[in-house]
Amino acid sequence: MFTLSPAEWTAVELSLRVSSVATAFALPFGIAIGWLLARKDFWGKTLVDGIVYLPLVLPPVVTGYLLLISFGRRGPIGAFFEHYFGLVFSFRWTGAALACGVMGFPLMVRPIRLALEAIDRHLEDAAATLGANRFWVFLTITLPLALPGIIAGAVMCFARALGEFGATITFVSNIPGETQTISAAIYTLLQIPDGEAAAGRLVVIAIVLALFALIASEWFARRAGMRFQGE
Amino acid sequence: MLAVNVEKTLGALKLAVRFETAGGATALFGPSGAGKTTVVNMIAGLLKPDRGSIMLDGEVLFDGAKGIDEPPHRRHIGYVFQEGRLFPHLSVRQNLDYGRRMRRHPRSAEEFARVVDMLGIAGLLDRRPRSLSGGERQRVAIGRALLMRPRLLLLDEPLASLDAAHKRDILPYLIRLRDSANVPMVYVSHAAAEVRRIATTVVLLDAGHVVASGGVELLDKASADELS
Repeated sequence: MFTLSPAEWTAVELSLRVSSVATAFALPFGIAIGWLLARKDFWGKTLVDGIVYLPLVLPPVVTGYLLLISFGRRGPIGAFFEHYFGLVFSFRWTGAALACGVMGFPLMVRPIRLALEAIDRHLEDAAATLGANRFWVFLTITLPLALPGIIAGAVMCFARALGEFGATITFVSNIPGETQTISAAIYTLLQIPDGEAAAGRLVVIAIVLALFALIASEWFARRAGMRFQGE
Repeated sequence: MLAVNVEKTLGALKLAVRFETAGGATALFGPSGAGKTTVVNMIAGLLKPDRGSIMLDGEVLFDGAKGIDEPPHRRHIGYVFQEGRLFPHLSVRQNLDYGRRMRRHPRSAEEFARVVDMLGIAGLLDRRPRSLSGGERQRVAIGRALLMRPRLLLLDEPLASLDAAHKRDILPYLIRLRDSANVPMVYVSHAAAEVRRIATTVVLLDAGHVVASGGVELLDKASADELS
């Protein structure tokens, strides 16, 4: 029968939590970077562009290792966060969320950037003549018009986070209940005898979650698009 | 009163324009490429002049020498664009209300109803811009600019994208606007017939320079020149 053991539920719950937190925290940065790349010309833009897309092309193990030496407890950034915010990344689910956020970031930035580039700047000018300062223009015109792209970016990041394996396991290891997400759990189960049935159940869950995310994004994007065309 | 004295080089166009207007409807009239839209964009604050100054009702909006350049959102100048530029994600009602909300004016149902009635757009309020005809769109754009309570209204070829029938529909609204709204207008057009009906003052523009300014009778000479 298709019932999950408590340990498998834990992995599913952890995966959803890690992916949601990763997406939520990545989103403001994704919008900011997407805006910067779409709208501004500055010295070193090519470099920023490259760094943003780096996790997409680097071996995930390398990304995980870089996170380990920078965000680990002895890493400069990790030590800073622990000292000032009491936030520890290494071997915690927060670290898994960080790894997933970093890995999903390039996939998030791309659609946001494209959506921002596609906006008719004349509409922003029109809003300015109507008395909107730059902040309000961004909030009431730019953001709503880019919404389909922002949703697409968030879903891509979420889906990537659900499937993340290499960087996460390198950075925060594979601890049941703390950092063992669905992918890591499947990997572990496949290493032990008789683990295949349990692994199979998690595989089904992974497929269902991924499909659900895609359908949800399609639905949201269509709804957002409809607002521009409807009666 | 509006006093414009600006210079701007844009590609091949070397623009140096100077005119003043006391009120009523001032037409910037001239052929395509004369720099009419450029001038209006500078008045609105969407384009920065290279040199010169722009004053409105004694307030300096731009002064190159003194480094003054009020941003568009603080100029309180209404702008009706050639293509309407309605916000596609907002309803007609929300479009009309946008300027009032941004400028934090109290809601005035009476003022809203008056403008909506004058422009005949009461039946469109819950529609989206995408579903409007060209003429409806322009009337909403005029209403949107009016409801922000502008000190000056800029209209950049508001009829150019419309067919002849729709032009005839909107012209009366513009004339009503001139006579009743009590907002000075700067009206950009290259169509003499239109300008003749709307303008009280005409500024003739060609290749970035003011060729002449005065009453509507200037148009007769201009069209005579065109014929010759």
